[in-house]
Amino acid sequence: MTIHTMTNMNNSALVQTTEKPILRAFDIKKIRGDFPILSTKVNGKPLVYLDNGATGQKPGYVINAVSHYYKTTNSNVHRGAHYLSDKATQEFEQSRTTMQKFINAEHREEILWTRGTTESINLVAQSWGQRNIGPGDEIILSTLAHHSNIVPWQLLSEQTGATIKVINIKDNGELDIEQYKSLLGNKTKLVAIGHISNALGVINPIKEMIKLAHEVHAKVLIDGAQAVSHIQVDVQDLDCDFYAFSGHKMFAPMGIGILYGKKDLLEKMPPWQGGGEMIEKVTFEKTTFNKLPYKFEAGTPNVSGAIGIAAAADYLNSFDRKMLSDYESYLLDYATTSLEKINGLKVVGRDCHKASVISFNIDGCHAQDIGMMLDQQGIAVRTGHHCAMPLMQALNIDGTVRASLCFYNTTKEIDQLCKAIGVALGMLL
Amino acid sequence: MNLSDEIVDTLSFFDSWEDRYRYMIDLGKELPVMDQSLRTDNRIVPGCQSQVWIDYKIESDKLIFQVDSDALIVKGLLAIVMAAYNNKTKQEIRNFDIENYFLKLDLIKHLSPTRGNGLMAMVEKIRILAN
Repeated sequence: MTIHTMTNMNNSALVQTTEKPILRAFDIKKIRGDFPILSTKVNGKPLVYLDNGATGQKPGYVINAVSHYYKTTNSNVHRGAHYLSDKATQEFEQSRTTMQKFINAEHREEILWTRGTTESINLVAQSWGQRNIGPGDEIILSTLAHHSNIVPWQLLSEQTGATIKVINIKDNGELDIEQYKSLLGNKTKLVAIGHISNALGVINPIKEMIKLAHEVHAKVLIDGAQAVSHIQVDVQDLDCDFYAFSGHKMFAPMGIGILYGKKDLLEKMPPWQGGGEMIEKVTFEKTTFNKLPYKFEAGTPNVSGAIGIAAAADYLNSFDRKMLSDYESYLLDYATTSLEKINGLKVVGRDCHKASVISFNIDGCHAQDIGMMLDQQGIAVRTGHHCAMPLMQALNIDGTVRASLCFYNTTKEIDQLCKAIGVALGMLL
Repeated sequence: MNLSDEIVDTLSFFDSWEDRYRYMIDLGKELPVMDQSLRTDNRIVPGCQSQVWIDYKIESDKLIFQVDSDALIVKGLLAIVMAAYNNKTKQEIRNFDIENYFLKLDLIKHLSPTRGNGLMAMVEKIRILAN
């Protein structure tokens, strides 16, 4: 890529290229320029977007990759006997290879396209789960879990007679690993845990937890929805059996996600959804199924989404990822120190290994009131139970205000957040 | 002037969001306090950010409501809904154009079918009661 197109990349509106960027230095002004939406005004104020845990904004590089696909390539994949279909198929499969490298999977057919983390987890529950879980078997979940890593397992346990066991949290929000060890046994068939908690930002020691689960021959599924945008994931190093994540939280379009599964497991799993693409031969008497990964990809896939998520992976890989996460840690420290100066403010999930997420409550104020008043001041946060109601019950709170930061946020935005909270408190207390 | 028109009038008078929100919070504070014993699960209209409780009785053909929320601004929004619906006949409730009312108040986003608050679900519940 030439320097010329790199300059273009910084001015997202002008970018026409979908070439891969080269490794870039960390320049916050230029990074912010990559994301067109960040210059939006909300309620007359410059947008301060601190809801990255809900979804990440999209860089021009991703927007243009999707737009370029529709302008030049759009066609159905794996089917047509024509130029565009071949081109779409080639780009679609290239995206799979990009995502294989993104999480360092051993084989490209270990990367399955889904609609997102939720669908990935449901696929494992209904395909692997129905085949491998029976009455009396145990599935271990965590108190920190998002509902999407609870409900599919509850459905499965109702269908199979399996039992659900739950890993507790300690006061600081971290998982209680000693108690986890006591749950593991010969009945444990699966451990399904999050990599990073969406509600509190806690980073779970999953490598250690996976190792412990494997010692009792249980399989492990990791919900990586909150992790892939913050840290470099290496599924081979983790040795997880399944890893699920979504595109939209890593700056790609909505509606595309990935399920990584170890090849030998995926090969033994029955198909989940039936339809076109996933078959080898169909007669009314019997259908034989396509090979991996197509066996799990019924129907026309989200081709533009696949191109978008690969572009997002390229975008992230255009930086030194460690540099981005170091900056996010710096932002987290700055935000924690600044917020804790506010009278009555309590950070939920403190003194623990965390990604750049801060959940908090303020004495005497309802989280939603604070959220609505921040919105009036142009600041986007999330309030409520964050789809983690069992966690809120364990913490004995109704919800929190959550500011989830990412590498395009600034200390100035955190100052604005603190100031805006001050304005809100002046009106609420 | 009836109460709902008064609210439309007052809110349109304010220039700043602070004044509008202060007024809404005050409206919420003026709502009669709902007895804690009435805050039961069967009276709850759940939302993922805040809770709304609703209790009602019918007296001489009119619907009398008691409502509450754990969040102040939502309570203000409830007061705004109550200005339109409380102590009204079923016919009056059916005839009231709540969307247009919220549109005029520039609060229509709170009536969207969102997971956020129980306001829309409460309006739906009242409409069913009035039918």
